[in-house]
Amino acid sequence: MSDSLVDAMSTMREQEALAIARVLLDGDEDPLKILDDCSKAMEIVGKRFEEETYFLPELMLAGDMLKQISEMVKPKLHGEATSGKRGKVLMGTVEGDIHDIGKDIVTFLLEVNGFEVRDIGIDVPPGTFVDEIKAFQPQVVGMSGLLTLAYDSMKRTVQAIEEAGLRDTVKIMIGGAQMSEKVREHAGADAFGKDAMEGIALAKKWIGA
Amino acid sequence: MRERWMDASPDAEERQEQQFHVWLSGKNITFENSEAEAAYKDRVTLIKDAIQLKKTPARIPISPSAGHFPIEYAGISWHDAMYDYDKLAYAWEKFHVDFAPDTFSTPRTIVPGKALDMLDFNLYQWAGHGLREHQEYQFVEGEYMKAEEYQALIDDPTGFFLTVYFPRIFGALTPLAKMPLLPPVHEIPMVPPALMPFGMEDVKAAFKKLSDGGDEVTAWLSAVGQVSASIMGKGYPSSAAGLTKAPFDVIGDSLRGTRGVLMDMFRHPDELLEACERITPFMIKCGVASCKAAGHIIPFIPLHKGADGFMSDEQFKTFYWPSLRKLIIGLIDAGIVPQLFAEGGYNQRLEAICDIPKGKTVWWFDTTDMARAKETVGTVSCIAGNVPLDLLCTGTPDDVKDYCKKLIDTAGKDGGFILSSGAGIQGSRAENVKAMIDFSKEYGVYR
Repeated sequence: MSDSLVDAMSTMREQEALAIARVLLDGDEDPLKILDDCSKAMEIVGKRFEEETYFLPELMLAGDMLKQISEMVKPKLHGEATSGKRGKVLMGTVEGDIHDIGKDIVTFLLEVNGFEVRDIGIDVPPGTFVDEIKAFQPQVVGMSGLLTLAYDSMKRTVQAIEEAGLRDTVKIMIGGAQMSEKVREHAGADAFGKDAMEGIALAKKWIGA
Repeated sequence: MRERWMDASPDAEERQEQQFHVWLSGKNITFENSEAEAAYKDRVTLIKDAIQLKKTPARIPISPSAGHFPIEYAGISWHDAMYDYDKLAYAWEKFHVDFAPDTFSTPRTIVPGKALDMLDFNLYQWAGHGLREHQEYQFVEGEYMKAEEYQALIDDPTGFFLTVYFPRIFGALTPLAKMPLLPPVHEIPMVPPALMPFGMEDVKAAFKKLSDGGDEVTAWLSAVGQVSASIMGKGYPSSAAGLTKAPFDVIGDSLRGTRGVLMDMFRHPDELLEACERITPFMIKCGVASCKAAGHIIPFIPLHKGADGFMSDEQFKTFYWPSLRKLIIGLIDAGIVPQLFAEGGYNQRLEAICDIPKGKTVWWFDTTDMARAKETVGTVSCIAGNVPLDLLCTGTPDDVKDYCKKLIDTAGKDGGFILSSGAGIQGSRAENVKAMIDFSKEYGVYR
């Protein structure tokens, strides 16, 4: 039965996946086992994304299915230890830029991939990034920006992090439509992700989870 | 239902020639002198030859998208540009005179802040309305139409925009929710109920705001019209006239939002497709009307959600391309040349988009591989692009020249090419913009 949950989720049959999860739960299946199946499905989805058969829509839908099933399972967990978080990522759109969709998608995908994410919003000044790093102590900082004005904002943010003596405590990734290796170099970030999934892969690589 | 816009009409070729003739004539432009008029006609001819793929132009037309660069370059603020039309005009003229590209980029994309203020427009934020003095206007992504509202949109797109969508995106137009349905108004007893809302104080107030907004737009148009006439009078044809959009992007950008529309491909596929179909005729009419009014031939069509990574090829062919292709054919039928701006990467789509009539479009690319674009869609369409923004913003003039040289050698080979920036050049270093234009004008001569 649970194979079919993995199958339904990984082939984007949302209604079926939710129905199977419901039947499993009502049949007293171990809730951790259900979540484990969800993880298996997410792995398959990730692999298909790498193979370029799946794209952003499938990532988002799979993430949303996982979220719905997790909610469904939650009341049955009775405080059982779920697997710990993979690590902490601070996400924000840099100063001057108010676009949030790219940042929101990466934040969502990081969360469904087990990261603890603090999203500090849009148009975030360098000083706020610094304060939030101090308070949240993330291993990874994700800076988002859609506009070319973000190039210099990113540079200023990295500089501020450096001046605060925090540069060695975090890995910094940048993302957004007009970002590139050249912009990464300009800004002094550690990596640029060409799409949302690359952001997830970078966080996994850096945090070693 | 009769299937429309599947194949271009047999008259399309002739209509395009007529429309090119209108544009080339520059009949509504007052030229400074005969040299300016000759320069205008030469430039239009370069573009016409690049588009039609019938002969190699004398040289590659250089048409970077000015974007918001003139504002930065003139040293005025965004607030100035949107609220002080004289300053906007000054910035625009200065850019074109100092850089002399082959085309004029309209200042009409720098919209009048006061009119937006009056209507409390909330689909964007701008300097003076949520943003600081030097910030460019920016789109506020949201779910402005709910998934369960597809049927209402499909049944009556105009009514949905008027009574549901406008009250959401214009704070001052909430009373428009009371507007009557129009098709029932055709029998004498139907007239009073249809008139009733117009007697209501809040509705009257909303119309007053629309009227005031209209007056403000008239003042703005007069200023941008004057500077446009002045720049064109110096011999620069406008790079495009008006704007229309791919039906999927109408739904995805501004109604359902990115997340919403991508999920709708799984959760509401039929409604999404039907909505795209319903929006298509509006987008065709919009593109045709703006070109005919301006005596132009090229409407600007920014493409968003069909880019690489946003969906699979199958999803592109199912959801994005069919209605976009109808838009393209509909415009071509009217003699109009759609300029399709593929922002981001379009490497995955290059084969699919070849299914269009030859010599009737411009595909303008941002980060797409231009050598592959040339081999694929470049065989049926003029291609344009793609000096990268990261290079223009952070590189040196030599980097820019190297890039332009390679671009001209590959994408520019044997014509069918317009050299442009990958996107609007805001944030670019002035010396890089100069290098792009000056170098390419010289190196882009066909010998």
